[in-house]
Amino acid sequence: MNMMGIIFSNIYDERLGDITRRRTMASLPFGGRYRLIDFVLSNMVNAGITNVGVITKQNYQSLMDHLGSGKEWDLDRKVDGLFILPPFGDGQKSVYRGKVEALWGTRRFLERSNEEYVLLADANIICNIDYQKMLSEHVESGAQISIITKRESIMGQKDARDVIVRSDLSGKVKEVLMHYGIPGVASCGIGMYITKREFLLKLLYEANSYNLVDFEREILQAKCGELDIHSIEFDGRILRIGCVEEYFCANLALLEPEVRKEIFFRHGAVYTKILDEVPTRYLKGCSLKNSLVADGCTIMGEVENSVLFRGVYVGTGAKVKNCIIMQDTKIEDDVSLEYTICDKDVCVTKGRLLAGAAGHPIIINKGKTI
Amino acid sequence: MKKKKCIAMLLAGGQGSRLGTLTRHIAKPAVPFGGKYRIIDFTLSNCVNSGIDTVGVLTQYKPLELNDYIGNGQPWGLDRNRGGVHILQPYARTSSKSWYEGTANAVFQNLTFIERYDPRYVLVLSGDHIYRMDYGKLVAFHEEKEADCTIAVIDVSKEEASRFGIVEADDAGRIVGFEEKPKHPKSTKASMGVYVFNCEALKRYLTEDDKQDASSHDFGKNIIPAMLAGGCRLVAKEFLGYWKDVGTTESLWEANMDLLNPTCELYQADENLRIYARNEERPPTFVAEGAILENAIVTKGCEIYGQVTDSVISGGCVIEPGAAVLHSVLLPGVYVEENAKVQNAIVGKNAKIESGSLVGEDNDDGKKTPITVVAEKRKKVSKTV
Repeated sequence: MNMMGIIFSNIYDERLGDITRRRTMASLPFGGRYRLIDFVLSNMVNAGITNVGVITKQNYQSLMDHLGSGKEWDLDRKVDGLFILPPFGDGQKSVYRGKVEALWGTRRFLERSNEEYVLLADANIICNIDYQKMLSEHVESGAQISIITKRESIMGQKDARDVIVRSDLSGKVKEVLMHYGIPGVASCGIGMYITKREFLLKLLYEANSYNLVDFEREILQAKCGELDIHSIEFDGRILRIGCVEEYFCANLALLEPEVRKEIFFRHGAVYTKILDEVPTRYLKGCSLKNSLVADGCTIMGEVENSVLFRGVYVGTGAKVKNCIIMQDTKIEDDVSLEYTICDKDVCVTKGRLLAGAAGHPIIINKGKTI
Repeated sequence: MKKKKCIAMLLAGGQGSRLGTLTRHIAKPAVPFGGKYRIIDFTLSNCVNSGIDTVGVLTQYKPLELNDYIGNGQPWGLDRNRGGVHILQPYARTSSKSWYEGTANAVFQNLTFIERYDPRYVLVLSGDHIYRMDYGKLVAFHEEKEADCTIAVIDVSKEEASRFGIVEADDAGRIVGFEEKPKHPKSTKASMGVYVFNCEALKRYLTEDDKQDASSHDFGKNIIPAMLAGGCRLVAKEFLGYWKDVGTTESLWEANMDLLNPTCELYQADENLRIYARNEERPPTFVAEGAILENAIVTKGCEIYGQVTDSVISGGCVIEPGAAVLHSVLLPGVYVEENAKVQNAIVGKNAKIESGSLVGEDNDDGKKTPITVVAEKRKKVSKTV
């Protein structure tokens, strides 16, 4: 594979409030046993990419713990492999402010790599995408930069997308719109760009001389006429994690068989850190409806329309409905939970009743006992 | 090579002929167990959890899948630069070629491996038993008693005793007699096939045993009796936990059923004493509306629409609406179609149970139900009793 990958792990951290306060967007637990980064990383690995840099900014302990040496993704290699790229300070600037500065800080890694192409990807879009196909389309179009997009219907300004592109029939991008949403169908960027490594470096040196910060706004949008930018349409399913509500809905979307088939299997498996949990035990008297359950759980109560991560305990008489219960959380006997996101290692003590509402789930922070 | 205090020799060459079709293509230690494990995972995990980081795995019968499974030992943390897991297979020498003939002969043929680490103690284990044990305690006991050999024993019923190697010990725990599968057992203390040897004594007795043409080169039949006769100090250490020899279809099924008991210690969560296994990448299990799960163990990657009662379901199984799995064990990738019923059975890997079919026998008459085994990847149902 003649392409390397760069993943931005802290992208849009601030939009998810408490659940990303102590972790990166990339290490946000998702889908019962994954972290968001597993999807983009597995897509890269499944396409044959063996040289991946993960750009970090802050609170990345959980991410480092999750990625380790990269062996679960087969990225523990002698040549290339997984590189975690912490912020690079030069004495004057503190941590980077935008993608351009972030990439500028990792230019040595880019210079040292041998691949001709580079794929830049955010961690907050979940999909199962064939990057090999995306690369051939990029090469075929002859573009300097390709933006991978997805046709989506937008409800209005409240449903604005970060990047919307308007392109002609050949795919050449004519206009890049930022944080924009007028009702209708539009090609929305999914935070993935392909370009030549040498070209990216050239852009970075130039951007640095002008003190540019924002890749999308100051390069893609500002230089749209000047550069040859193309869009590549992705035809598969995407799950966007831009706010708590979207995070909640994206988890529950996995309860649909079609979505699972697409996200977990389409172009290859999704790899994650192995925890060596025993299989899940369903005791007599438990009742489950339409739920996703990872290994290592013990279930005695009722679970409906929910996603249970590894090692969750649901006690006798407990009712869990429309909830996301993260790793090693304990729901004691006779608890009733609705529209609740329990972070890791939460304990909801016997008999508690908690209910959020559709669109407004309650969040219980990591390690809390209620 | 750095000297190790204790290394383990894990005997995994058994054919497991009494497991019938389940071991047609794989060795017994590689047979799936308990939803996400292979039988050998328990012994390997015990080693790691006991601080033993050098393990020789002796394979012989249909070793391809087992060798593949163990690989470099990474899933168990046994991919070590010094020590780690080593697959030891029979090999040709300049003057002779020989297969492993008996358990003792297998270890004898690998004395050079043991000598490389020059250990004080050698732990000899069997790859076809299900139990969790801290070998560290056993070795400490062995040291404390200043024994030449320590045998872990478990109390079995009188009726079962003649199936095992029976240890006769005095009040202080010193072994005074040992009989392999005796007709008239003198005690109910059965050898678990877990031995700690002083390396020097082991080497001496294995070398002597090799010279005896009449010997069947077996630890239970030859080495232990020879050591007793030679005046060695042999002691027994009683094990009080769960232990099961899964040599037959029935015992394999029973051991799986034992896991369903919530008090079964094998699946008690313990952060530091996990059972490790090579991972198969699968998403979490989906349980649909209308599914019935009663006392079930289900591994990741399943889709449950039907009924699962008192059963162990391995990864990647699908149970369609109206289908029922009762008192059964499904190995990985089994597909049970609509309205099919599986009862008192072990269903092999990737088998497909066709819509509306019935697998296994009822146990309404109160007699012991024979366990039906469905062969892997084949639709035809073969029955073993």
